[in-house]
Amino acid sequence: MQTPDTSLLSSHARAVIDEWVAKYPEERKQSAVLAALREVQHENHGFLTTELMDAVAAYLGLPRIAVYEVASFYSMFETKPVGHHSISVCTNISCMLRGGDDLLAHVEKRLGIKAGQSTPDGRIYLKPEEECLAACCGAPMMMVDHVYHENLTPEKADEILAGLS
Amino acid sequence: MSATVTEAPKVEDTVTIEVDGQALTARKGSMLIDVTDAAGIYIPRFCYHKKLSVAANCRMCLVEVERAPKPQPACATPVMDGMKVLTKSPKAISGQQATMEFLLINHPLDCPICDQGGECELQDLALGYGSSVSQYTERKRVVRDKNIGPLVQTDMTRCIHCTRCVRFGEEIAGLRELGATGRGENMEIGTYVAQAVTSELSGNVIDLCPVGALTSKPYRYSARAWELRQHDTIAAHDGVGSALNVHVKGQVVKRVVPRENEAANETWISDRDRFSYQGLNSPDRLHTPRVRENGVWRECDWTEALGSLKRMLLESGPSTGALASPSSTTEELFLLQKLIRALGSNNIDHRLRQVDFTADASEPVTPGLAGSLADLEQADAVVIVGGYPRHDQPLVNHRVRKAAGRGAAVVVLDTLAQEYNFDLAARITSDPANFNTTLGAVVRACAERAGQPAEDLARYPSTAEAAQVAALLAERQRVYLLAGNRLQSHPDRAVTLGLLSRLATLRQAHLGVLTEGANAAGAWLAGAVPHRLPGGARSEQTGAHAMAMTQSGLQTLLLLGCEPQADHADPVALKAALAATRNVVALTAFVTPALEVEASLLLPIAAFAENEGTFVNLQGDWQTFAAAVRPPGEARPAWKILRMVGEQCGFNGFDAVKVADVTNAVHGACASARASSLSYPMATGVGEAAEASEGGLWRITQVPMYRVDGLVRRAHALQQMPQAGDERVHLHPDTLAGLGLSDGVRVRVCAGNEQAVSEVVSDLAVPKGCCLIHAATGLAAQLPAATRVSLRAEGNAA
Repeated sequence: MQTPDTSLLSSHARAVIDEWVAKYPEERKQSAVLAALREVQHENHGFLTTELMDAVAAYLGLPRIAVYEVASFYSMFETKPVGHHSISVCTNISCMLRGGDDLLAHVEKRLGIKAGQSTPDGRIYLKPEEECLAACCGAPMMMVDHVYHENLTPEKADEILAGLS
Repeated sequence: MSATVTEAPKVEDTVTIEVDGQALTARKGSMLIDVTDAAGIYIPRFCYHKKLSVAANCRMCLVEVERAPKPQPACATPVMDGMKVLTKSPKAISGQQATMEFLLINHPLDCPICDQGGECELQDLALGYGSSVSQYTERKRVVRDKNIGPLVQTDMTRCIHCTRCVRFGEEIAGLRELGATGRGENMEIGTYVAQAVTSELSGNVIDLCPVGALTSKPYRYSARAWELRQHDTIAAHDGVGSALNVHVKGQVVKRVVPRENEAANETWISDRDRFSYQGLNSPDRLHTPRVRENGVWRECDWTEALGSLKRMLLESGPSTGALASPSSTTEELFLLQKLIRALGSNNIDHRLRQVDFTADASEPVTPGLAGSLADLEQADAVVIVGGYPRHDQPLVNHRVRKAAGRGAAVVVLDTLAQEYNFDLAARITSDPANFNTTLGAVVRACAERAGQPAEDLARYPSTAEAAQVAALLAERQRVYLLAGNRLQSHPDRAVTLGLLSRLATLRQAHLGVLTEGANAAGAWLAGAVPHRLPGGARSEQTGAHAMAMTQSGLQTLLLLGCEPQADHADPVALKAALAATRNVVALTAFVTPALEVEASLLLPIAAFAENEGTFVNLQGDWQTFAAAVRPPGEARPAWKILRMVGEQCGFNGFDAVKVADVTNAVHGACASARASSLSYPMATGVGEAAEASEGGLWRITQVPMYRVDGLVRRAHALQQMPQAGDERVHLHPDTLAGLGLSDGVRVRVCAGNEQAVSEVVSDLAVPKGCCLIHAATGLAAQLPAATRVSLRAEGNAA
């Protein structure tokens, strides 16, 4: 049986979730689930664990499975341990026409991993094939920790990767 | 109760539509598929189910709607006035065929090894709407199977994502355990983390699943649908009287599925009713009559067995008694009481778990809900007192849950804080000693709130929580008070019922009793109680009730369908009584080592699905059923055994030829019986439990859902579920710490003069200062019906 255990949530996470809960009608506090998962994932260096999802479920009064459904549906949530910098190289049509596949191959070679893998030091995660990130005018592009980098060349990409902590 | 004014549907509430050229009238806002179903126009579907919300995700029910640019799903298209619909036009058919092609892209072609084969909605519709050639040449997706427990088998590669099972969990079971994780090609139905599905209604997803993704684990690979014969019967474990279909191959019951009866079980059944049939094939089944001679058991034929029984009965005469299972048929109970009374005795009872019989004179002709299950669903407030219908009568709980969903306030007053699958408006949990005080406080608060005199309630305190409950109930019109199963074994049951009657009068509420077993109502009507004759007529002489019979020093005791170690409130006293009784005759489907020690004659009887007769349910429906299979070996329906022995004893009225003759006799006796509303007088004292003052812990009993009778106890799939209870002593963590004990410590349990060894476990549902011991367990069998028990750690005994 479910025993509500929200102790895994930091006080900061609770404050953020409460802020989001306040935006919705009282009986709709489940609507804050996306914001809650985003915050919890951020605090946990880029991925969710079952325990964290359970804590979110307990905090928002949702069945656990409902949180698993959301977390496994959206591509911005990771449900397995990944590197803490998240990189998405777009290979959708505009980027593809402007060399996105070559850019991805370059990044893979430089990091020594394939899309969908994390570097062995746990520093960088190269997300699997991402659909269009809506930056077609700046193709090819990649997103690094929620920041868009556009009109990329392999050299520019190297510079960005080198700048990561 | 004031009559409610029902308005006839206004003309503007209905619309006229045309389907395939046929004009149909429908209620405004209803979905097209409901209208066509009612008119008998067939539209294929997978995800639509009349008892579940609309998902419209399978798209199989696409139909052509005039002026709509694309085919529309009939399950999610509300009817509009003048709408013209074509269900079999080229556009509709091509939409349905395209959907089928799409669904078959990933569905494996493994029908020959799939349990659903032959009764599969996908298979059937593929025949009608599928193409014999697939355009899809890529690899099909494969989904890893999950173990979701001992009842439901998963083959998730076959899933077509209709989400009926997911919606069932959320909307009916009230326990969302299954969900759709992942997206697109990777979407899977499952529990995400490996865990068993635990809902007491979980088996219904087997019927709901339109493909072979969710099938019955106990039935798996044991028969094909076309080899089975279907028989109607009635469920034998609770007072709902669910309608069942029994599927039989040869003379073996292969599985049990629900039969639709909107008035009782709607389209659902509990897992207990679905899987208990497994117990029929238990190695404990008794196949042949057995007689004990000089301490040695010997098989014998019916002539000898009935001869012995006749001799025992005629010798003991008025010193005969009978204890019967409340799940016996009305006919069996009628003949049993007739036999006992013909012998000059009134020692007959079916209330095996009851302890307090002081309310006997006030008992109604027949106990029940005081209304229909459908009425209960319309309640504005439900107060559950001393019981856990979620496990005791799962489909009564389902109705209460529906009422709660409509906005009814559900209040639970009990000695255990058990988990419900809906939100309770209030809950007061107290130990058994303060249970009636708590209820009294609520009744007093309700009286005071209504401005009515409450002098007779002055001995009960004014508490804030009672006032809160009174406030909750104050504005509610249709209030139902439900006395649960645990109350039946409370030592001060009469005090509780007096208070409940008082509250019912005060609030003009319905007072209902949730009885034990499948046929307690029938048992009362049949006269299987020591103080009432059939039809509820008062008996001039009163015999011993189920507890008194342990002290009566009878010469002969008949046991009908019950196991003394498991089914009686005081197994210790009963064991001693049986040891001292010269003749113990067990009419039983199962033989246990204990019975082999205690009995002198064992007579094999028909069990569920083998038996014929009538059950009367909680709403007073008489439901007659026939046998689906022959009982094993020499076993016979108990009514035949009782009839024959009555006839051989030379008594009148034992000449029935068919079971219907007996049914008619009970009907005749009940012709003038009126369903009376329940009304119990207020007791003068506070009750024994409140006055008891010895040390130790208050003992609380729960009959686990899967230990209610011999058949269920032998259904091995159910025995693997958490609802089968355990052999441990459950305590609140604080009580545990106070005693210097911790989880898993072995303890000696002392109750009365008896002792037993067990293990403690912490359980937040148990109030402080109490312990919960599951009934019908090996542990409970060693303990008397004491209200207090003490524990000490085994090994450091003083």
